[in-house]
Amino acid sequence: MISLEVNGRKYEVDAAADEPLLWVIREKIGLTGTKYGCGVAQCGACTVHIDGQPERSCQIPAKDAQGKKITTIEGIAESDPVKKAWIEDDVPQCGYCHPGQIMSAVALIKKIPAPTDEDIDRAMTGNICRCGTYQRIRRAIHRASALKADEVMDKGGKS
Amino acid sequence: MNGVINMSRRDFIKTGAILGGGLVLGISLHPIGSDSEAGVKPGAFAPNAFIRIGTDDSVTIIVNKSEMGQGVYTSLPMLVAEELEADWSRIRVEPAPVDHAYDHTQWGPIQGTGGSSSVRSEWDRLSKAGAAARMMLIDAAAATWKVNADRCIAQKGAVIGPAGQRLSFGQLAEKAAALQPPKEVVLKKASRPDFLGKPVRRLDTPDKVNGKAVFGIDSKAPEILAAVVARPPVFGGKMKTFDADKAKKMRGVKAVLPVATGVAVIADDFWSADQGREALKIVWDEGTLASLETQKQLSDYAEMAKKPGNAAMKKGDAEASLKNAAKTINAEYAVPYLAHATMETLNCLIDLRADSCELWVPTQFQTLDRNAAAKIVGLKPEQVKLNTTYLGGGFGRKANPHNDFVSEAAYVAKAARDAGIQRPIKVIWTREDDTRGGYYRPLWYDNVSAGLDKEGRLVAWHHTIVGQSIIAGTPFEKALAKNGIDETSVEGAADTPYAIPNILVELHSPKLGVPVQWWRSVGHSHTAFVVESFIDEVANAARRDPYDLRADLLKEHPRNLGVLKLAADKAGWGKPLPAGRRLGIAVHESFGSYVAQVAEVSVDSKGRVKVHKVVCAVDCGKIVNPDTIIAQMESGIVFGLTAALYGEITLKQGRVEQSNFHDYPMLRINEMPVVEVYIVDSKDAPGGIGEPGVPPIAPAVCNAIFAATGKRIRSLPIRADLLKA
Repeated sequence: MISLEVNGRKYEVDAAADEPLLWVIREKIGLTGTKYGCGVAQCGACTVHIDGQPERSCQIPAKDAQGKKITTIEGIAESDPVKKAWIEDDVPQCGYCHPGQIMSAVALIKKIPAPTDEDIDRAMTGNICRCGTYQRIRRAIHRASALKADEVMDKGGKS
Repeated sequence: MNGVINMSRRDFIKTGAILGGGLVLGISLHPIGSDSEAGVKPGAFAPNAFIRIGTDDSVTIIVNKSEMGQGVYTSLPMLVAEELEADWSRIRVEPAPVDHAYDHTQWGPIQGTGGSSSVRSEWDRLSKAGAAARMMLIDAAAATWKVNADRCIAQKGAVIGPAGQRLSFGQLAEKAAALQPPKEVVLKKASRPDFLGKPVRRLDTPDKVNGKAVFGIDSKAPEILAAVVARPPVFGGKMKTFDADKAKKMRGVKAVLPVATGVAVIADDFWSADQGREALKIVWDEGTLASLETQKQLSDYAEMAKKPGNAAMKKGDAEASLKNAAKTINAEYAVPYLAHATMETLNCLIDLRADSCELWVPTQFQTLDRNAAAKIVGLKPEQVKLNTTYLGGGFGRKANPHNDFVSEAAYVAKAARDAGIQRPIKVIWTREDDTRGGYYRPLWYDNVSAGLDKEGRLVAWHHTIVGQSIIAGTPFEKALAKNGIDETSVEGAADTPYAIPNILVELHSPKLGVPVQWWRSVGHSHTAFVVESFIDEVANAARRDPYDLRADLLKEHPRNLGVLKLAADKAGWGKPLPAGRRLGIAVHESFGSYVAQVAEVSVDSKGRVKVHKVVCAVDCGKIVNPDTIIAQMESGIVFGLTAALYGEITLKQGRVEQSNFHDYPMLRINEMPVVEVYIVDSKDAPGGIGEPGVPPIAPAVCNAIFAATGKRIRSLPIRADLLKA
């Protein structure tokens, strides 16, 4: 048995030694927001956070994620500025890649609160969108950055 | 029908009859009232197959089209809501079950999504469905207040009476359900729309942002098993023998079974199934295509393109005119096989029991897929329930006229049942399976000649096209083939709008075992590239500006001309550009919509192409949701640009050489041009929007490359080594 902590909850799962975290999360834990797209770290659809870092869950054997904090799209608050910006800009089309896009974007904004276009290119180039929503992804990341700045301002004003 | 026929259902049939316009009601109407999803909840008002109003004021729109990113879960409800006068915040969407009530209005007795036809084909039916419901709600309110119905109006989910009385749709639902439907449906005055033409946020966005949207591959069922299939390495190959000893001993593997398409490995989970497949030893009979080489195919096609084919279009005498022309030019063009590469790979969940079967599948072709599955498992179509999930991209691949991935799942389920396994099984295709699975956009080869007279006017055009027919051997062959010509092979070429006095378009449709299929924009993906590139070659030969020449030749086609001018104006055609950048233009009509694009491009010394900006003008007639139109233009541009820069499926010894995104690359965010979209204000009939953004981008980019380098790209994808300084 493998012990995993996903979105703050603990799970005991029966998985093969080399079974990728992606499939354990999807099939055994039942959180299907994290997507399979390529299985070879080329598309980013399976992006999750492991101890806060964006990682391709298709490349990580589930056993190696034991003792770490795993966050999936379901574990990102609906009030997160990135999710809010994604809705505001109506970014998704088919929507399949967007959990991965959002996980990459959340990690980016955390690291660089006001990313430039170059920062966005660097952080997001690993995430393919076959529907071609890139222009809106860029717009939404800038918007999320502004929303987050507003939040910080609001909190600062109250304290 | 489970004996459940209530008042609402009878109303439904009557309403349907007056809706007319291809709405076939009364035939095997889905058992409304007995089905938990499409059923009528107590007290609800279900005036027709598309609308259900609850006593809680909820308005459920049952959508008969597959949502694959193109926005039908929003645009089709907008059509209903406009006429219903619904409160948009109360609208929710449910996918339609398979039922003749939901058949495509133009395709015969099948339900399906494709051809950029959803809004166009449903506009009348859904408008009338909404209007009929609104009239019944008003009648219910008028009867309650004992006033004349024409003194009441519907507004934002409620009916307002002459004295300012107000009853919500939910409050009226039960009463309206008992009423007779109107004999004549009166539509709102089109001049004052509440929704249509205004940007509306997509209803599916929140679920897609929160990871809650359920795509086919996400479908769940108790006791579910996973399966993968080992398929032949060559199209048309067959399994001869297989050794599953090792695979069967592997962790999680439940069964290894021969099926019509290869060998299925069924396991507790995907990973075990995939590992089991790795351990299989299979001897294949590779069949006749084991020697197929793309290079050889291209040279064969090139020879064919020099010979007369079936005439798809003949006007004047192009051959004689070419002989007498003051100047002639000739060129050969080629485009490769392309995979759709939907982000969600093909998959199908099937639960086969003794006398029933249920499918959860990301499909564009509900009726045909269901019927195919029923035939394979030996059940009647009505014993098979098909649930349409969200589609993680479709682009035509999930509208397979041979029902390939659903049929395969049925074969797997049948083999499993015969082997004593009666559990739901999800067949999952890996990215490699999907890339190598065939049903590609055909490889095309074109030979084109043009003749100019002494004044440099274009007087002759001779275009010979070579490529496999998509519709041959499918249920669509009769409807789409005329005089031996597959219309999808020549669309966009045989109907060229350019004013040329002598035109001959010919077609060769060689038969070959590589499976081909419609790929977003179908024939236009290829014909626009050839026609719009070669028109540029004509402009160059005639020493004309490419925009001016097009504008001259499109005088009789105001909508083509309109978008051409709009795109050129907005892009600053003829004005100075940043150093090293050049513009290319293309205009093309497809699926009833007109699109022009201007690409701003630079080429570096290593021959690498950078597309900085694309200005796009679109005339798609009457508008539903402008934001969706913009999104679909952005999407089509990326789709077409990906193909122009990278897309190529090649075969060596019959084997597909590409497998995953490392060797079948997609455009990424760092390569994304700035896209500006301008929509023509139009009162014309609505056109399609999912596909028309694709065709112009490849020629626009290649025409810009010619402007920048003097080098003409005639074969896609664009190769840097041909453009090195």
